[in-house]
Amino acid sequence: MEKGETFFEAIRQRGVSRRDFLGFCGLMATYMGLGPDGVGLVAKALETKPRIPVLWLHGLECTCCSESFLRSGHPLASDIIMTMISLDYDDTIMAAAGHQAEQIVEDIMRDYKGNYLLAVEGNVPLAGDGMACIVGGRPFKDQFAAAARHAKAIIAWGTCATSGCVQAAKPNPTKATPIHKLVSHVPVVNVPGCPPIAEVMTGVITYMLTYDRLPELDRLLRPKMFYSQRVHDKCYRRAHFDAGQFVESWDDEGARQGWCLYKMGCRGPTTYNACASIGWNEGTSFPIKSGHGCIGCSEEGFWDRGPFYERLPNMMQWGVESNADKVGLAAAAALGGGIAVQAGATLLKRIVTGRKLDAGVGQNSPDKEENT
Amino acid sequence: MKPRQPYTILPDTGTLPDVQMYGPGIRFWHWSNALMVVVLSVTGYFIGTPPPSSIGDTSVLYWMGWIRFIHLAAGYIFAVLAIMRLWLAFTAGGVSHQLFVPAIWRASWLAGFLKQIEWNLLLTDRPFRYIGLNPLGGVAMFFLFVIPGAVLILTGFAMYAEVTGHDSWQYLLFGWMSELFGNTLDLHILHRLAMWIVISFAMVHIYIAVREDILSRQTTVSAMLSGDRLYRD
Repeated sequence: MEKGETFFEAIRQRGVSRRDFLGFCGLMATYMGLGPDGVGLVAKALETKPRIPVLWLHGLECTCCSESFLRSGHPLASDIIMTMISLDYDDTIMAAAGHQAEQIVEDIMRDYKGNYLLAVEGNVPLAGDGMACIVGGRPFKDQFAAAARHAKAIIAWGTCATSGCVQAAKPNPTKATPIHKLVSHVPVVNVPGCPPIAEVMTGVITYMLTYDRLPELDRLLRPKMFYSQRVHDKCYRRAHFDAGQFVESWDDEGARQGWCLYKMGCRGPTTYNACASIGWNEGTSFPIKSGHGCIGCSEEGFWDRGPFYERLPNMMQWGVESNADKVGLAAAAALGGGIAVQAGATLLKRIVTGRKLDAGVGQNSPDKEENT
Repeated sequence: MKPRQPYTILPDTGTLPDVQMYGPGIRFWHWSNALMVVVLSVTGYFIGTPPPSSIGDTSVLYWMGWIRFIHLAAGYIFAVLAIMRLWLAFTAGGVSHQLFVPAIWRASWLAGFLKQIEWNLLLTDRPFRYIGLNPLGGVAMFFLFVIPGAVLILTGFAMYAEVTGHDSWQYLLFGWMSELFGNTLDLHILHRLAMWIVISFAMVHIYIAVREDILSRQTTVSAMLSGDRLYRD
């Protein structure tokens, strides 16, 4: 790759017209919420700044993030960004293979030391010296460590990379570890979701390429522009939640009317994602719109908080399948039983022995001497 | 600041003068707090497990909205009352500090604690007459009300911060809770477990207060109403 080449030059060489380019800039400016002058800003940045290379590594994962990315609702956006990324390294979609491909990683790490973006899909299994995930004949642990060392910033794609996802579900046999726990010196951007929404992925990467800096992040390192609100906050069924109209069982009248899926275990109230506003597949739908509750796939440890169709998750730490209400009710019932036993015993004692004993007359209990 | 009154065992026989046990601030706190616990438990239960769906036009119904509004408003009052109670522990004197600091290091407190256990196992017929919180009850209050209460306030405001968003003061003060837990569903579970602990506490608390009033030769229920504890022989 030619040094100092701009993003615009790179895509022009691949036959993208200026018209399409500006369309792309407009789309991205809209996603990022930049306002009317945003198009110009994005276009100018992409035309003048030298393009920074992107390494896209795959760890322990299912490639659903890449699949989502390829199915970006606006093919123009995905084509453009994909072109740009495949120029560098993404073993799933690039033309090169084998040693030739691995050489590209080495080259980029050498030539752009401290100046390339590292995108990681999947996490790093640490157990058994990383033997659960081998890339190019080496543990992914080593490839990741080498690539992360001199990266400018790291984008952790998907819930695998941000919090472990299904590989890290209890008991996490491969010790799958999320990216942000493995690096301390390089800034990490978490883009959770299983997979993340394609437009969110393109939006994040465009922001970083355009502005040369990280988007504003929340405490869990997620870009605020896409992850600052819960699915519940933007859900089109929210009015039914506030009204108290719930689907009580699948295929009941409420389900047909499109009422709130809260009672069916919808995790919308605790899930931070942009599904309700951006939607999936060109904005066609998202789980709740299709009549199924949110399973909270962009949240930490969502696999360990099932069942997905009940509001209160199971609490495995109690040994049996139980939830907060069952445990609470059992505790209250046990105490109620204790109260009944004690009250009954007290009453019986009073009836049998009479009140005079309370005055300390004629007692034969061992403590009477010290009291009387 | 008024002088503090440690847990004191009184003579076992003879008539004793009344003792002012709870000042007006403590009594106001106790009963308003009790009301808030009832309101919060009922509305909170329905937030987690909503009542059967309301029938009618969505645009005029606001059932969950009102339930949540009442819960949130009562939650604010509960939190303000908690701060007030903490402040009273420093200023009200008397036995007001015993709720937060059971005096486990005092011999008399320990004696009272053991006696109270004996008494509740029906192993003795003559409980102590004393000034102060029932030591066994005090321990229950600390672990089954004060700590769960603090958990309820923390998790409650952390969940409220989810609603008010990143720019709110709730997020500024309690947003670290979401970071601590990662998945905020855990906040809801913890909040609900703490609710059940407080409900369990309330059951035992009311039962024991009535029982003590009947059997222990000193007033408990009316003491929280008038502030004065009366002693019988």
